[in-house]
Amino acid sequence: MAVCVAVIAKENYPLYIRSIPTENELKFHYMVHTSLDVVDEKISAMGKALVDQRELYLGLLYPTEDYKVYGYVTNSKVKFVMVVDSSNTALRDNEIRSMFRKLHNSYTDVMCNPFYNPGDHIQSRAPAAPLMAVSVRRAFDSMVTSMMIQVC
Amino acid sequence: MADPALFEFLHTEMVAELWAHHSDPGPGVSAGPRGEEARAAAGKKMSLCVLEGMGFRVGQALGERLPQETLAFREELDILKFLCKDLWVAVFQKQMDSLRTNHQGTYVLQDNSFPLLIRMASGLQYLEEAPKFLAFTCGLLRGALCILGIKSLVTASVASLPTCKFQVVIQKT
Repeated sequence: MAVCVAVIAKENYPLYIRSIPTENELKFHYMVHTSLDVVDEKISAMGKALVDQRELYLGLLYPTEDYKVYGYVTNSKVKFVMVVDSSNTALRDNEIRSMFRKLHNSYTDVMCNPFYNPGDHIQSRAPAAPLMAVSVRRAFDSMVTSMMIQVC
Repeated sequence: MADPALFEFLHTEMVAELWAHHSDPGPGVSAGPRGEEARAAAGKKMSLCVLEGMGFRVGQALGERLPQETLAFREELDILKFLCKDLWVAVFQKQMDSLRTNHQGTYVLQDNSFPLLIRMASGLQYLEEAPKFLAFTCGLLRGALCILGIKSLVTASVASLPTCKFQVVIQKT
């Protein structure tokens, strides 16, 4: 389960960033910001490598003593960064991959939403709005919630 | 994309609807005898812009959704090949017939039987009407390229229906 999920646009500004627990948010924001350098490094390394296969999943970006940071970049150069608690050793690589895949699917759904302008922050409107169907952005939010750890 | 005819009908209606209003483009255009032609020309341009804009937004969404399972693109040519193969198949159920480049940022994509024109005529009939049926597709290409990281300018030309060429010029910044 993730403690922080961030979606970062091509121009390196955050489109969506959410962390649990909510009190030490700045620490996670800073961690995501520093991980962007590692992401850029990995992307340029991939470009120079002569390997034919270029994966979207970047793997473990860097481990700290409390947390591990994973990265994923889409074809549209939108980056997903996930911070996971180090104490949760049961989390395997393919579980992280599947979490990123779910995130990518939800992000694609948000892109296809006609009310979403590419480049805007991903936030759902107030529940007071008279919407018949569940907004795609709220679905994105709830998908991310399901991925996050329950810290009481 | 269950039935290709659905999109073709929708597209035809879109063009017809936008074109129906081109005689009143709005304020800001000069009045008077020359004003009539100027108004008509400005209206046509507006409609083309609107169609291209619609295609642009659809292209952005498609450019995000279609390459989802594929691996990262290595270079520009890969992206153009993706447009000719995957994007064209997804929207028009066929691949682009030819892709040419001058290796200096200009690509010409040729479709010998463009599905949106094939129902109209074969040959030189309706040649003047063809451009408005290509505006949406130009925007589609530009939107998909934009979301994949390439700023470009896309224009279309028709020599004889239903063959059409899309010229993509990469804007270097």
